[in-house]
Amino acid sequence: MTQIAETQSAPTPSLSTRLEIIPVVLFAAFAAAPLLASFSGAEGYVLSLLTRVMIFGIAAMALDLILGYGALVSFGHAAFLGLGGYAVGILASHGFEDVLIQVPVALLASAAFAFVTGAISLRTKGVYFIMITLAFGQMLYFLATSLAAYGGDDGMTLASRSLVAGSDLLENDFIFYWGCLLCLFGTYALSRSIVASRFGRVLRGTRENAVRMEAIGFRPFRFQLAAYVISGMMAGLAGCLLANQAEFVSPAFMTWQRSGELIFMVVLGGLGSLHGAIIGAAAFLLLEEFLPEILHAVSFFLSEETRAHLAENWKMVFGPLLILIVLFVRGGIMGLLRRPHHD
Amino acid sequence: MTEPLLELRNLRKNYGALVVTDDVSLSVQQGELHAIIGPNGAGKTTLIHQISGMLPSNSGQILFAGEDVTYLSMPQRVDRGLARSFQITSILPGFSALENVALAVQARSGSSFQLFGNASQEKDLNAPAMECLGEVGLGARAHVPAGLLSHGEKRQLELAIGLATAPKLLLLDEPLAGTGHDESQRVVETLRRLKNRLTIVLIEHDMEAVFSLADCVSVLVYGRVIATDTPERIRANPDVRAAYLGEEEMV
Amino acid sequence: MTATLFFVQALNGLQFGLILFLIAAGLTLVFGVMDFINLAHGVQYMVGAYLVAAFSAWTGSFGWALLLALPTALAFGLLLEALVFRHLYDRDHLDQVLATFGVILFLNQGVKFVWGAAPLSVPVPELLSGSVEIANGLLYPVYRLAIIAAGLVIAALLYVLVNHTRVGMLVRAGASNASMVSALGVNIQRLFMVVFGFGAMLAGFAGAMVAPILSVEPGMGDNILILAFVVIVIGGIGSIRGAFLAALLIGLVDTVGRSFAPNLLRLVLDPAAASQTGRAIAPMLIYIFMAAVLFFRPSGLFPVKR
Repeated sequence: MTQIAETQSAPTPSLSTRLEIIPVVLFAAFAAAPLLASFSGAEGYVLSLLTRVMIFGIAAMALDLILGYGALVSFGHAAFLGLGGYAVGILASHGFEDVLIQVPVALLASAAFAFVTGAISLRTKGVYFIMITLAFGQMLYFLATSLAAYGGDDGMTLASRSLVAGSDLLENDFIFYWGCLLCLFGTYALSRSIVASRFGRVLRGTRENAVRMEAIGFRPFRFQLAAYVISGMMAGLAGCLLANQAEFVSPAFMTWQRSGELIFMVVLGGLGSLHGAIIGAAAFLLLEEFLPEILHAVSFFLSEETRAHLAENWKMVFGPLLILIVLFVRGGIMGLLRRPHHD
Repeated sequence: MTEPLLELRNLRKNYGALVVTDDVSLSVQQGELHAIIGPNGAGKTTLIHQISGMLPSNSGQILFAGEDVTYLSMPQRVDRGLARSFQITSILPGFSALENVALAVQARSGSSFQLFGNASQEKDLNAPAMECLGEVGLGARAHVPAGLLSHGEKRQLELAIGLATAPKLLLLDEPLAGTGHDESQRVVETLRRLKNRLTIVLIEHDMEAVFSLADCVSVLVYGRVIATDTPERIRANPDVRAAYLGEEEMV
Repeated sequence: MTATLFFVQALNGLQFGLILFLIAAGLTLVFGVMDFINLAHGVQYMVGAYLVAAFSAWTGSFGWALLLALPTALAFGLLLEALVFRHLYDRDHLDQVLATFGVILFLNQGVKFVWGAAPLSVPVPELLSGSVEIANGLLYPVYRLAIIAAGLVIAALLYVLVNHTRVGMLVRAGASNASMVSALGVNIQRLFMVVFGFGAMLAGFAGAMVAPILSVEPGMGDNILILAFVVIVIGGIGSIRGAFLAALLIGLVDTVGRSFAPNLLRLVLDPAAASQTGRAIAPMLIYIFMAAVLFFRPSGLFPVKR
C-alpha cells in the first residue's frame, strides 16, 4: 500500500484552533475579492482568474479527500472534470440548458463512472491503482476525442452559460463568482464533515493500517469505493462549473496531464487538510498565470531574444519546481504554515 | 462436555513443498483459556492467521460456534465474534489510544456510513472504549497518540482493541512479547481477569505466564500438534520434553 | 478482400505491439526490481526519436544516427537516474509519481525549447524503403517489416538475457524479493542502474525505430507510456513474459479493433450509426479489455510471486 506522509489525524487542540484561522481567512478573502476587484481596473480578468481558482479548488479538494485521507492515488481525476463539463455541453446542445437538469445528470454520470472504475481499480493495490485510474482517465479522454457529434478533438462552444430555474443570471460574472464560492464552501463544509464523521474515521484508519481495520471487522473496500464515488461527484461538479466559466468544453479538460496537475495542487498545498488543496490550486494557477512575466523579469541579464524564448517556454520551470517540492518541501504550503509552531 | 466454541479439523497450510501447519486438530471449549506453545518456527503465528482468516488454509476445516467459517473473510469472522491481536504491534499510530479502541467499538455498533456528526465526540463510542482501556489499565493514557505509547502500552492497547470488538473468542498472538517485567505482570493480571468472561486462545513464549493462566495447553512442533492436555500433564509429558523442552528447563 | 485487410492489420498490430513491448519491458523490470514507478519512461522513447532525428539530419544516414542515438539515450537515462530517480527509491509511490511527472513536464517543454514545437520528420532509410509483395497483390512496407524483425530479435535476446545469464537471474530474483537479493551481497543499487539504463535504452531504441514512420513531436511519449502501463498491468508487474504477451494482445486489439469495430457493429446497427459508434468505441477497446482482465485476475495474467 502506498504510504502517505503522516498527517496528524488528531491534532492537539491548541494546534487545531490555530489552524482553523486559515480556512476562515481563505474564505473571507474569496468573499472580499469581488469588491476589491472592482477597484483594480481589471475587474473581468481578476474575477475570471479567481473563479478558475475556486473551481480547481473544488476539484483538488475532492482529490484530497481520497488522496490525503484515504491514501488513494487517483491519477485519473481529470476525467470527472470532463464528465461534468461534457454533461453540461451535451445537454445544452440538446436544449437542456438548466442547471437543475445538468448538475444532477453530471453528478449521476460521475458517480456511475466512479463506481464502475473504482470497483475494478480498488480490487488491486498500491501502484496498480495509480496505473489503472490513469488508464481509465485516458479511456474517457479518447472517447471525448472521438465524439464527432460533439466537436471531437476541437471540443464544443456553449451558446451561453447554464440557466438557473429558467433565468440567465449566471451570465453576470459577479453572480457566477458567488455561485462558485457557494459551491466551494458547500463542498468544503461537506468534506470537513465527512472527514470527522464515522465514515471518515474508517477511511483515515484504512490509510494508516488496512489490515488492522479488517481485524476489527471493517471491509475497507466498501469505504474506499464510497469515498471514491463522493470524490468523483465533487470533481464532476467542478467540471460543470468549469464548462460554464469557459463557455467551452473540450477533451483538454481531461488530459492525463490535468490529472497530474490536480495531484500537484494537492501536494503543493499540503496533503490531508482540505483547505490546503484550495491553497495549492490557487498557488498553481497563479504561478501558471504569472510565471512568464516573472521569468522575463528575472532573466534581465540575458538578451531580449533569449528572454522572450524563455518566457515562451515557462512550463519548463514547472517540472524542476515539482521535483524540488517533492524532494525538499514535505507537507506543502500547509506544512510550511504549520512548521513555525512546532518548536 | 458441550460442543466446543472453536474446532479445527485437520487444518493445513503449505507454501509449495514447505508445510507450515499440518493436520492440526484442536477444540477449544467455551470459557477456557487454551494456550498454544511450541518452539520458534513451529507455525503458531501461521495457525493464528489461519484461524482469524488472514491466510487461507490449503485444507481442513474451521468451525466456530458450530458454524463452518473456513471460507469467510477476516471481517466476517470478526462479525461472528472471533477477534485477534497481532504479534507485531498493529495499531493506528496517528490516532489516539481512545480512537483506536473507539473504532473497534464503532465496527460493531450501527452503520459506519454516516457522513455527518463528529465521530470523536460520540459518547456511545467513547464510553465503551474508555471502559476497555480501563480494563487493560490504559485509562490515563487515552488521549495520547498511539504511536507515542511505550512498547508495553501498545501491547495493552492491542488487547483493548481486541476486547472492544466484543468477541466470543479472543486470539492473542504473544501479548507479552517484548514487554518488561512490570508491564508483563500487568498484562497477565488483565488476562486473569478476562479469562472468566471470555474464551481465549493464547500463543506465548513466557512459560511462567502460560502455566499460571492456561486451562489447557497444546504443543505445536513442526506444524503438528504433538500433545493437548492440562498444564500439569503437559509438564510431565515425556514427548513434549523430548521434542520441545529439551533446551530450556520447565518451570 | 477482408481477409487480406485483416492480415495487413494484424501485421500492423504486431508491429505496434512489439514497440509497446520494448517500452513496457524496461518499465516492468524497473518496477519489479526497485518498486519504483517511473512515469518518465515515456520521455525516453521521445528522446530516442528526437536523437535519431537530430543525428540523421547531421550525418545524413539513418544507420549512423541509430548507432549514435543508442549510447546517447543510455547516457541520458543514466544521467536522469543520477540526478533525480536515485533520490526517490525510498520514497512512497506518490512522491515517485509526482517527481517523475515533473521530469515529463520539463522534457516535453525542453524539446520544444531546443527543436521547436513543430513535428520533425525522419526519412525512411534508403535500404529499407519501398514495399514488398507478401501475398498476391498485397504490398507491405519493408520498413515496417524491419521493425517487426528487430522487435522479435530483441524480444528473443531479452528472453535469453533474463533466463540464462547471471544478471538475468539476479533481476528475476530481485523482482520477486529485492531484500533477499541484497542480503545475498549483491549491490542492488548497481543492479538497478544496469536494469534502468537498459530499460531506458530499449525505450530509446523503440522511439528511434518509429521515428521514420511517425512524426517526432513533443509529448509523443505520453500516450504510449499509458499504453505501456496497461500492458504491464495486464501482463503482471515484473513479468517480462507477461509484458510480451500483453503487448502483442494490446497491439492487436487496438489496431484490429479500430478497423473492424465499425464493420462488426454494422451487423446490429445501421451503417451511419455503426461507423460513428464504432469510431467512438474503438479507442476504448484496450481499456475495456484491461478492465475485463483485471476483473478476473486483479494481479494480471502472469503475476510475479512475492
